[in-house]
Amino acid sequence: MAQRIGDVIALPSRPVCLGQAAVGGKIEGEGPLGSAFAEVFAEAKLGEENWEMAESRLQQAAIAHALRSASCQPGGIDLHFGGDLLNQCTATNFALRQLHMPLAGLYAACGTFALSLAMAALALDSGGFTRVSAAASSHFCAAEKQFRFPLEYGCEPTPTNQRTATAAGAAILGTGSEKSGQAAPRVTQIIFGRVVDMGVKDANSMGAAMAPAAWDTLRRFLAGTRTAPNDYDMILTGDLGKIGTALFKALAQKEAGLNLQGVHHDGGTLLYSTPKQDVGVGGSGIGCSAAVLCANILPRLRAGNLHRVLFLGTGALLSAISPLQGETIPSIAHGVLIESP
Amino acid sequence: MVRQASPGSPHVKHFTLAFLVGGAICALGQGVALASKRFGASEEQIKIIVPCSLVLLASIFTALGLFDKLGKHAGAGTGVPITGFANSIVSAAMEHHTEGLVLGTGANVFRMAGPVLAYGTAVCTVYGLIYYFFLKR
Repeated sequence: MAQRIGDVIALPSRPVCLGQAAVGGKIEGEGPLGSAFAEVFAEAKLGEENWEMAESRLQQAAIAHALRSASCQPGGIDLHFGGDLLNQCTATNFALRQLHMPLAGLYAACGTFALSLAMAALALDSGGFTRVSAAASSHFCAAEKQFRFPLEYGCEPTPTNQRTATAAGAAILGTGSEKSGQAAPRVTQIIFGRVVDMGVKDANSMGAAMAPAAWDTLRRFLAGTRTAPNDYDMILTGDLGKIGTALFKALAQKEAGLNLQGVHHDGGTLLYSTPKQDVGVGGSGIGCSAAVLCANILPRLRAGNLHRVLFLGTGALLSAISPLQGETIPSIAHGVLIESP
Repeated sequence: MVRQASPGSPHVKHFTLAFLVGGAICALGQGVALASKRFGASEEQIKIIVPCSLVLLASIFTALGLFDKLGKHAGAGTGVPITGFANSIVSAAMEHHTEGLVLGTGANVFRMAGPVLAYGTAVCTVYGLIYYFFLKR
């Protein structure tokens, strides 16, 4: 049964990650994690009629590969948590049309995968479920259409712009008692974010808007667990980009005298090789942190190269119209501690 | 703090590229004008031929997926001439064609160009009134 330590929720049953997979688009496939993807789709529409359905296909593919890696059937999943960036979470809802798994759709913008993992682990720890899955996706073209300009519209990106990743990640979790190999990664602690708004108004500078939320969650996590950054092999934020990362580190230094240099990494800067790939100040989008975690971090935990990773999924909770109405950008960061022996 | 961490726009580079590309587009327009004149077009006809050919070219480049690549670097250079207006209409039409010809393309075609049309019409009306009452003899 879950236990509260301050704001942190400890999961003594230690739900285990049975399998995971990430898929990506062409540019993501050409990035540093390209070879770790279960599948790379060179064609942006993935054979579908429109961008929205393409994202759905992307998420479906990630779930299918993750199920395979966990040697599991869709019918064996008791509950699925997932989300995406599209209005009414259609990428997720449509992706699950053929899979017939009970679905709890979630939205925390780019922090959705962290929230999905946290909810999946919490559900398993409750004792009512044996297999729970989590997935999330984003598609560059679908997100541009919804949040910015038509794809073929010729305008210059702002210097603080982050590229929405065409990618999806999925993970299958089982109860702590499940046999799953010795070094299988386990979700041991989670923390839910608070909505933080420091008044950033620029929708093209989401890293800056999210950095305070990431810091708020990290600060509460460290206080609850009485740990320090160096107690972790990695603190992974997703996805602050270069500017958000600089602000996040500066906040930690200024408010608590913590030096995150070395231990902190950001999904937005891991997915692409900047500045070689033209992605602004890094990646963003729900699929970015999901893909980085599933293609890179979870396999490294499984291989024993990493042992304690605190994953902070950050989301900018704006809509396409809220900045036009003069609203500032509220943000949130959900945290998941993943450990392997 | 945010301002300090965020890089500014490289203005000199932007201005230079916009000047060169925008200038090249205008030179192309001038080329079309001179060529039309050679083929015997009148001054009035040239005023129609030049914008039409630039709009056509911009639309074709947009449809081929090349305009946004140029616009990404040239910024105002491609945006300010009439080419930018053509691009804003064609790109929106392309983006929304999956939602049907009426409620998709039809309803969204002026999504980007709408403000220019709305305020352009408003300003023209005001100017027209000024012209009619004060300037016309």
